[in-house]
Amino acid sequence: MSKMLHLINKSPYDRNALDSCLRLAQAGSSILLIEDGVYAALSNADSAEAVSKRMEELDIYVLGPDVSARGLDDTPLIDGINVVDYGGFVDLVVEHDVAQSWL
Amino acid sequence: MEPWEEEEGPEVVKRFMYVNRRAPYGTIYALECLEVVLIAAAFDQDVSVVFVDDGVFELKKDQDTTGIGMKNFSKTYRALDDYDVEKIYVEKESLEKRGLAADDLIIPVEVVAAAKLREIMAQQDVVISS
Repeated sequence: MSKMLHLINKSPYDRNALDSCLRLAQAGSSILLIEDGVYAALSNADSAEAVSKRMEELDIYVLGPDVSARGLDDTPLIDGINVVDYGGFVDLVVEHDVAQSWL
Repeated sequence: MEPWEEEEGPEVVKRFMYVNRRAPYGTIYALECLEVVLIAAAFDQDVSVVFVDDGVFELKKDQDTTGIGMKNFSKTYRALDDYDVEKIYVEKESLEKRGLAADDLIIPVEVVAAAKLREIMAQQDVVISS
């Protein structure tokens, strides 16, 4: 079984990409929130409960520069979400067998 | 009078509303809409600007885009005041759903409930949404 990296770049308020990904991601795979997807990493997000529910079996990451760009550095993230930079993004791609972009 | 000059007629002022519905940076909509507003404001029309849905994220304080190599245009919203754009509305429901309050925003705005915003929207001559 291949280890998959799921990329979410859409706001959870605007699109259902995150919902579908959380529903379909295999245990042991990872989700990286980038661009407008970073709004889903905030602890006060509407979608936070759905994300937390799957965190025992999925690793969730968020791209730091996209968090800062949106003025969210001081906004608490969901517990257990890992912040990565662009170097970390590359590492994640290398560590996983397959990357899937949820457009 | 030169041929290209028209006789001064009664000035026509229309009510223009610009509705911002997208988050900044992920797409170009937010920046483009801001530019359209600033251009339109130069024509002495009755301009109002509305932020609903993810558009409320455009106004979040403390944006720092050095890490993503894009222009931080959030400070440009402060120029709306210089262009005499004073009718700036943010929908209360959109703001609250995203865990934000008026204090989190980069400019002073009027926070209005959807029911009130509906009335304001209905009074416009032209509504441009992005």
